[in-house]
Amino acid sequence: MMTQGDSVSPHPEPIEGRGETANPPLRQAQGDGLPALAEEKPLLSASGVSKFYGSRIGCEDVSIDIWPGEVVAVVGESGSGKTTLLNCISTRLMPTTGTVAYRMRDGQIRDLYRMGEAERRFLMRTDWGFVHQNPADGLRMTVSAGANVGERLMATGARHYGNIRATAGDWLGRVEIAEDRIDDQPRAFSGGMRQRLQIARNLVTGPRLVFMDEPTGGLDVSVQARLLDLLRGLVTDLGLAVVVVTHDLAVARLLSHRMVVMKDGRVIETGLTDRVLDDPRAPYTQLLVSSILQA
Amino acid sequence: MTVQPTGLADYNFAYLDEPTKRMIRRAILKAIAIPGYQVPFASREMPMPYGWGTGGVQVTASIIGPDDTLKVIDQGADDTTNAVSIRAFFAKVAEVSTTTSTAEATIIQTRHRIPEETLGEGQVLVYQVPIPEPLRFLEPRETETRKMHALEDYGLMHVKLYEDIARNGHIATTYAYPVKVEGRYVMDPSPTPKFDNPKMDQSEALQLFGAGREKRIYAVPPYTSVVSLDFEDYPFEVNRFDEPCALCGAEGVYLDEVVLDDRGGRMFVCSDTDHCEKRRAAGHRGAMASEGTLA
Repeated sequence: MMTQGDSVSPHPEPIEGRGETANPPLRQAQGDGLPALAEEKPLLSASGVSKFYGSRIGCEDVSIDIWPGEVVAVVGESGSGKTTLLNCISTRLMPTTGTVAYRMRDGQIRDLYRMGEAERRFLMRTDWGFVHQNPADGLRMTVSAGANVGERLMATGARHYGNIRATAGDWLGRVEIAEDRIDDQPRAFSGGMRQRLQIARNLVTGPRLVFMDEPTGGLDVSVQARLLDLLRGLVTDLGLAVVVVTHDLAVARLLSHRMVVMKDGRVIETGLTDRVLDDPRAPYTQLLVSSILQA
Repeated sequence: MTVQPTGLADYNFAYLDEPTKRMIRRAILKAIAIPGYQVPFASREMPMPYGWGTGGVQVTASIIGPDDTLKVIDQGADDTTNAVSIRAFFAKVAEVSTTTSTAEATIIQTRHRIPEETLGEGQVLVYQVPIPEPLRFLEPRETETRKMHALEDYGLMHVKLYEDIARNGHIATTYAYPVKVEGRYVMDPSPTPKFDNPKMDQSEALQLFGAGREKRIYAVPPYTSVVSLDFEDYPFEVNRFDEPCALCGAEGVYLDEVVLDDRGGRMFVCSDTDHCEKRRAAGHRGAMASEGTLA
């Protein structure tokens, strides 16, 4: 959770319908209020994360917990340190100070930056996903859509062509790409299709945590809407925990349960999405919310 | 082949100066110790263009002794420009005896074939390698491919085979077919036809690979497992030929197609000239062999 003045209680338990990752004791305890919460641990827990680029601040002293099955939006203006934070907690960028701990599938809590690189890579392609703003960064543009989706399977030891192809075809269907496009290269895809393909490629190994950097950036409004709809469905069905970085408050409103507002590398406000958007407290958040164009 | 003594071999045996040979031998020893691992070495300028076997020549020059017998083949043939030139080069700078007979040779430098005759203990096969990195066309960054080898992150190699099947219905890679050496490193067997891949497995001869332009040496020691990568439902298969060699009638050997005229006339003959000649000397005759002549 945020360390700074956060009076709103965090959203510590999975939303209903996100049951796949919730463990049974928690579900039973839901009726009795919060006593079981002490047993439940966050999936990812960053504390005191700072990143300095020389004397410049990327992000400073950020602490954040990600709970199973919740969607957290990180919002803020350009240059506020959103992406730096995302990269720091997803092991893509070594923070200057601070620790990032992750609860592995076996329940063990590990410091990500103390893990070996082989182990970290394995984690990134099994238990995690990373959706880039530009699909070309997250896809192999010169291999077919099927191979793009199948790559993670092959990297984790799948050696049966028929099965890999069937799984890839299934996932293309789930992200609304026609199955007869399975042998086409992403170069032949539209922007929205590429983004959906990138999502399929990330979700094929059934990750528990997905990082998204402006997933709808650069798409036109109608395509954005469809993509958000798709994402919302997938996130709910699979019980994914998601950290989504966006400058678009509408995306945050639609997708996220909890919001983190950043400015100048620091977290200035955090809370449930509806609360932050309807009743912003920090002056900067008020400015941000009021600057949305009303259609 | 006899070459007039020129004194060059006394000036410096086998062209390269002694410290260079020592440096290359160290690289070779490391390569043998870690089968399939590409050892960087300080490749020298040789009196021939890159792509003509500068890597193979440097390896041969470093391991050859006055008592060795050298055979050089180019696509299986002893009588092509490259093979003749390299043989003459070593006859001049090392005054070693040369041969075209596979069984008599102690060192065989090869461009893209493994002789049909099974090699035995004490023989060394030196490959000329243009591009040592099997992952090169999938991942252009050397920093990344090295990391992938270090972490045994080989999912991408199967992506290539997947693409092959998706496009052609079968694995269409017919040369430079990737292999896994001793269960660890994925290796490019140089552009030999995949027909020759099974010969590398548990070979009694030492196999050394030299890439002059790319400055890499790697090795497969005797009695090492070399497994061609494949899928469970698309297993590795070698090329098959419909007809036997037109000159010696050999079956189960690798054949070259020779165009005879401009009306579609063609013949298939052994790519290994030494093997073909020996068979004909032993009385074997193919469909197009005229009596008494050696084509």
